[in-house]
Amino acid sequence: MSYGWPILSTVTFLPLLGALLILLLRGNDESADRNARYIALWTTLITFGISLLLWRDFDLATAQFQFVELRPWLGPITFHMGLDGISMPFVVLTTLLMPLTILSSFGAIKVRVKEFMIAFLVLETLMLGVFCSLDLVMFYLFFEGGLIPMFLIIGIWGGPRRVYSSFKFFLYTLTGSLLMLLAIMAIYWEAGTTNIPALLVHDFPPGMQTWLWFAFLASFAVKLPMWPVHTWLPDAHVEAPTAGSVILAGILLKLGGYGFLRFSIPMFPLASAEFAPLIFALSVIAIVYTSLVALAQTDMKKLIAYSSIAHMGFVTMGIFTITIQGLQGGIFLMLSHGIVSAALFLCVGVVYDRMHTHEISVFGGLVNRMPLYAAVFMVFTLANVGLPGTSGFVGEFLTLLGAFEVNTWVALFATTGIILSAGYALWLYRRIIFGTITNPALKHIKDLSWREIAIMVPLIVITIWFGFHPNPILDISATSVEALMADFKASLAAAEQARFALTP
Amino acid sequence: MTEQLNLVAMLPELSLAIGAMALLMVGAFSRPERGELVLWLAVGVLALTGVFVAMGEGTVTLFSGSFIVDPYARMLKLMALVGAAVALIMSVNFWRDTDGGVKFEYPVLALLATTGMLMMISAYDLIALYVGLELQSLALYVVAAFKRDSARSSEAGLKYFVLGALSSGMLLYGASLIYGFTGSTEFSQIASAVQPSGANLGLIFGLVFLLAGFAFKISAVPFHMWTPDVYEGAPTPVTAFFAAAPKIAAMALFVRVVVSAFPAVTMEWQQIVIFLAIASMALGSFAAIGQHNIKRLMAYSSIGHMGYALVGLAAGTAEGVQGVIVYLAIYLVMTLGTFACILALRRDGKMVEEISQLSGLSRTSPAMALMLAVLLFSLAGIPPLAGFFAKFYVFLAAIESGLYVLAVIGVLLSVVGAFYYLRIVKIMYFDEPVERFEPMPGTLAAVLGASGLLILFYFVYPAPLVAAAGVAAKSLF
Repeated sequence: MSYGWPILSTVTFLPLLGALLILLLRGNDESADRNARYIALWTTLITFGISLLLWRDFDLATAQFQFVELRPWLGPITFHMGLDGISMPFVVLTTLLMPLTILSSFGAIKVRVKEFMIAFLVLETLMLGVFCSLDLVMFYLFFEGGLIPMFLIIGIWGGPRRVYSSFKFFLYTLTGSLLMLLAIMAIYWEAGTTNIPALLVHDFPPGMQTWLWFAFLASFAVKLPMWPVHTWLPDAHVEAPTAGSVILAGILLKLGGYGFLRFSIPMFPLASAEFAPLIFALSVIAIVYTSLVALAQTDMKKLIAYSSIAHMGFVTMGIFTITIQGLQGGIFLMLSHGIVSAALFLCVGVVYDRMHTHEISVFGGLVNRMPLYAAVFMVFTLANVGLPGTSGFVGEFLTLLGAFEVNTWVALFATTGIILSAGYALWLYRRIIFGTITNPALKHIKDLSWREIAIMVPLIVITIWFGFHPNPILDISATSVEALMADFKASLAAAEQARFALTP
Repeated sequence: MTEQLNLVAMLPELSLAIGAMALLMVGAFSRPERGELVLWLAVGVLALTGVFVAMGEGTVTLFSGSFIVDPYARMLKLMALVGAAVALIMSVNFWRDTDGGVKFEYPVLALLATTGMLMMISAYDLIALYVGLELQSLALYVVAAFKRDSARSSEAGLKYFVLGALSSGMLLYGASLIYGFTGSTEFSQIASAVQPSGANLGLIFGLVFLLAGFAFKISAVPFHMWTPDVYEGAPTPVTAFFAAAPKIAAMALFVRVVVSAFPAVTMEWQQIVIFLAIASMALGSFAAIGQHNIKRLMAYSSIGHMGYALVGLAAGTAEGVQGVIVYLAIYLVMTLGTFACILALRRDGKMVEEISQLSGLSRTSPAMALMLAVLLFSLAGIPPLAGFFAKFYVFLAAIESGLYVLAVIGVLLSVVGAFYYLRIVKIMYFDEPVERFEPMPGTLAAVLGASGLLILFYFVYPAPLVAAAGVAAKSLF
């Protein structure tokens, strides 16, 4: 599909244009703030609109990269963009969440609005760039560039311990990424290129695969995050402003999972097969341990943060089963979690805007004053638990199916995680929504405003729609996942053959 | 006369030297308030020299092979000239506001120092090397103590002089050993005299002393002791000058000597360079964490950055040297921009050097804070800013040469380094504002804006610098 104009670059860099416009706004008064808000909202909406063209014109029949753009940039490192069935849904997820997030911050962000909107738009460009890049160095640039705006978002508009959290977030992620950077350099000297489509078919020597795999793991495990390098996430979530949490949970966490799918498995198949049990172990620990930790939380955001880590455990488990169900389930779960966790953080934001706290003990009995809110929160709580009929169910079910095929024990332990997730999520719901209002400050709390309803409705529709009709998303990724599986099996078979050829 | 003297190739050095002497006369025979005119004339001389440098072509050797002009020399000379000129421009307001006007000696001494740097970059002989180095150093000793009524400045000058003299002595001793064991002072002849197998101990001794001298000049650990004190004590524009051009010249010299004169004993000097690199990166990152004075912090930062540049040299390949050149070019822009900021930190007619005084800068002067934040993130090496590309190319070369341990240590230390740059960003952006600074003078704002934008948008069109550095590096091999 050709448009006569570079559609991927447009989608990726359009938010930057919006940021530039806001930068040029004069004045610091109320009207400048309002203009900044609306410029940001319209920019993200237009970006979303254009990205829907991608969805419409995406060719489901091919596993090749589509909408490809290739330009010279830095010698052997080229400006190379393209989408396949694995990356396309994430692009649309990003462009979808952005306007909702911006809208949610209309009421919450009162100081330095211009800067906030600029940081968000820059962040959107960087995240979209990660998914669109078809060059390793370019990928890295976008992947790590996202640290700067997120650092500022947590640090400037965050809660009381924002400095600690922002530094922890930045330094943790940077450490992991830099090891990946060295691996990228090693790949460059080994394969002579950083072109991702070329690297996907390159055969790396088995010994080297192990090292490179671990270097990439260092980066993606921190980003995802996996146990035991997850500790930055609860801190970052608690301190970040609502919009920051939404983007962090909705999209930034997905970069790690996307990295596994894009690089670790296709490029280092032998190492992926060899160390899959390690990933299973870490995933299962993450699922069970963080679910238990979530039970003990007294802060809503922290609880949801731990639940995110548990869900990401399902994702890594599913991906590394390297079965069709596991891979598809992992992708689906990431997308679903992107919607559901984002919505949960938005729900927390709704009460935070009114009460300026997310301590669970402050609330209770909200159903009496906020029936609409109670209903919305219920949908997302149940989706988080993985109730059939919500998008959360499809992903968890498929990943468990994949795990069951490979290792029953892994599936068994992971399933206990689902039970625990029902425990902490429903208990949270009970403590916040049900009961009678005991806190006098809650006596006059208002239900959802029209703006908040406008944010929540699309998310509810998507959650339930894809709970009943998961096929549109599964179809998009199917061809690419099948190609990934075929390549993976072929590499393993070739390696096996080489091993037999060596033994007399 | 066996060789025709090709003075055209020496035009840059000649124009600088003659310009310096002419300006000395102008300064001495005109009224004292003409100092500012002398300074702008000096900038003009530097610009003219830059044009002469850029006009050169190919590789020319002069004075029976002791002076060489090749693409490498031209590129680094241009960088040194830019550094010197911008540092001079940035100093105008400082002298005007604190010293009652520019003293004409300062631009003249800066020109002389720059002449020395150009000599160093082109030196192809141990004697030419020493002459250039001393010309540069002597001029720098004087400008370090330029505020002679300030105890700190005098202390800085004296300290720099004593330690610098010591290092020159070591360097000379090393040079004499090398001459003794190879029978020549010219690089190409040294290179052919050095045998790779069983390189004799005396020569290695000489090499070690020589490198110790260089390490002092680029302030690599363990010869860095002077740097924080001199950076802090010297008047701020002088510090800006120290941080830019002399570092480039000394690094250029370092690279040329080891690559051109000692290719046969690469294994030996590689070890030294690896040690210097790791020690500098480590000290630069850890020691900077506790600093309260921004000039001292920049001193440790420069120590660390020289360590990263040495990572490229440690690779010992053309790619490595290319990485060093890219690193130096980007480092130059970042340093000048940062010092433009530091020079603008004035309140009630006094310079402010405490980092904590930057508190809330993003509220009181948002543009300045934004540019400084860009520079700091770039110094930390965060993509997509230019500082990332600098680190990228040196580590790329290290990986190519199989120096995995060095590369891993290097990137982990850069995380530590990122911490103290982030701390400044945190103070500017997360903390509550304190009193406003005086408005930024136009010259400083121009330097800061230009360097900030260069760093921010370098990724749009990065190829020319990398390609030019590649050509320059190839001319050494």
